[in-house]
Amino acid sequence: MTSQYVDRLSRTDRDMILTLVPEGARVLDLGCGDCSLLNELVREKSIRGTGLDIDGMQLINGLASGLNVHQGDLDEGLSDFPNQSYDYVILNQTLQVVKNPMLVLDDVLRIGRFGILGFPNFAQWQLRRGLFFGGRAPKSPALPFEWYNTPNIRVLSIKDFFDYCRKKRIDIVHQRYLIGGRWIKKPFWQRATNLLAHIGLFVITQHDRPD
Amino acid sequence: MDRKSVGQITPATYAFGSLEEPLRLESGHCLGPVQITYETYGRPDEDRTNAILICHALSGDHHAAGVHTPHDRYTGWWDGMIGPGKAFDTDRYWVICSNVIGGCKGSTGPGSLNPETGEPFGLEFPVVTIGDMVEAQKRLIDHLGIQRLYSIAGGSMGGFQVLEWSLRYPEMVRSAICLASAARLSTQAIAFNAVGRSAITRDPDWNAGQYSGKGPEKGLAIARMVGHITYLSELLLDEKFGRRLQSANRLSYNFATEFAIESYLDHQGSAFTNRFDANSYLYITKAMDYFDITRTYGPLNEAFAHVGARYLFVSYSTDWLFPTAQSKEMVRALLCRGKDVSFIDIDSPHGHDAFLLEEDKLTRIVSGFLTGVGQEAAP
Repeated sequence: MTSQYVDRLSRTDRDMILTLVPEGARVLDLGCGDCSLLNELVREKSIRGTGLDIDGMQLINGLASGLNVHQGDLDEGLSDFPNQSYDYVILNQTLQVVKNPMLVLDDVLRIGRFGILGFPNFAQWQLRRGLFFGGRAPKSPALPFEWYNTPNIRVLSIKDFFDYCRKKRIDIVHQRYLIGGRWIKKPFWQRATNLLAHIGLFVITQHDRPD
Repeated sequence: MDRKSVGQITPATYAFGSLEEPLRLESGHCLGPVQITYETYGRPDEDRTNAILICHALSGDHHAAGVHTPHDRYTGWWDGMIGPGKAFDTDRYWVICSNVIGGCKGSTGPGSLNPETGEPFGLEFPVVTIGDMVEAQKRLIDHLGIQRLYSIAGGSMGGFQVLEWSLRYPEMVRSAICLASAARLSTQAIAFNAVGRSAITRDPDWNAGQYSGKGPEKGLAIARMVGHITYLSELLLDEKFGRRLQSANRLSYNFATEFAIESYLDHQGSAFTNRFDANSYLYITKAMDYFDITRTYGPLNEAFAHVGARYLFVSYSTDWLFPTAQSKEMVRALLCRGKDVSFIDIDSPHGHDAFLLEEDKLTRIVSGFLTGVGQEAAP
């Protein structure tokens, strides 16, 4: 049941990312898994893309559509990729599993003109309720793991992310929130997103890039 | 899809470079006439744009797939990869494999007759390089009417040729598949080659390269034994042989072949002498030792600045002869130049030999990559 729900969630954030990437862009997907998002982007948006993942045998699925694939570990850094070599660097549902998110985010904005970032909001009300009333590490349909087997080692909220962007002078170009089962653009009442959104999806760019 | 054999194959030869117009070698020497022995599988398309050149490794040859006679016990060395429905799908591609010069399977090498003396060359044969091997292949590819190779693929020393091709003739190589290879042979690998060559040249039967018939069998067998150890991983040796004794349970307290691994290496060594020439072993390992992209083309990120191919690099997790880091080094240089490059490290216990053994995984990778090459817009 939950896994179906999670599949549906990832399905919807993929659809949303598809709408955010323009035709013919150069795209790097970090933690791309089996390249299914990139494959779709090739089909729908004729992008030129590269997929990076730690699992080489999954990457094979991207080769036939003409993608470049690169087996690599995000935790070992991305210094191989030159500055501004992609239009979009996607980091979807990956930020929360890396050891050093700050280095990864720096690299995302160094390598790409724009970053597309999707992560689960750990301040969503069901999680707060779980922690407050249940007294246990929170779970939700989007975050079904136990504390001992969760891949999510970085816990952040949408508010945390805003703070980070302000501090690092990162501009948020687009924002999308998954609330209930629907994607919502910048909502009426901004503060509610941190309470309501399961997932936040952002297109970001470095404010003052020394080009 | 049905994976079939290419069936019965007859090798062909191509001769070029008359005494007046010889092949100029990197050493400054000339070689001619030159003969290249090769095989082809599948059919060329109308414009000959579907050609894939396969480059063999140290002990390989042009016989990459199929059989020569219906009674052959063994198929070509990459039969699992080349054929209808296989990775190098001969229903789609025209696959070519040629024996390198310096070799002993039909292409001109130290065992060929020296036209000046009418005797076998022996050490009169000039030292050839990977670049020279590629130069000779280039003449063959021109002869076959191919303007641009759809792909070129090889592992180990075959990978050296792939890299050399893509650097020397960037406009002729549409895609390059480089398996378990490197931009230069490592010090450690040169050291092992040196031991192998010493074993040959110190065998009295070598006779300064002037031998007829079997020649320095003992030296060549030892060279192969050393080589074979470098192709396997510690893990695999442990698993496959452990400390097992070949025939008895008790220690024999003498120096006869006793451990299973000893017996295995003895067999590998002596079997090799039946199919390989000692002088060729000297020449080809020397060519490998000399290979160094940075020496010829400068630092890697400059060397790869002008290539036109899409690259696929595959390394193997337990390969210590051509370790993963050596592939990554080239991938990094290509990324830095914004070139199309893919890199996958296959998890395998088989050491360097994995490039010949992990056929299932490699098939998925290569067939995907070759399909992807066709997806790109025409230049």
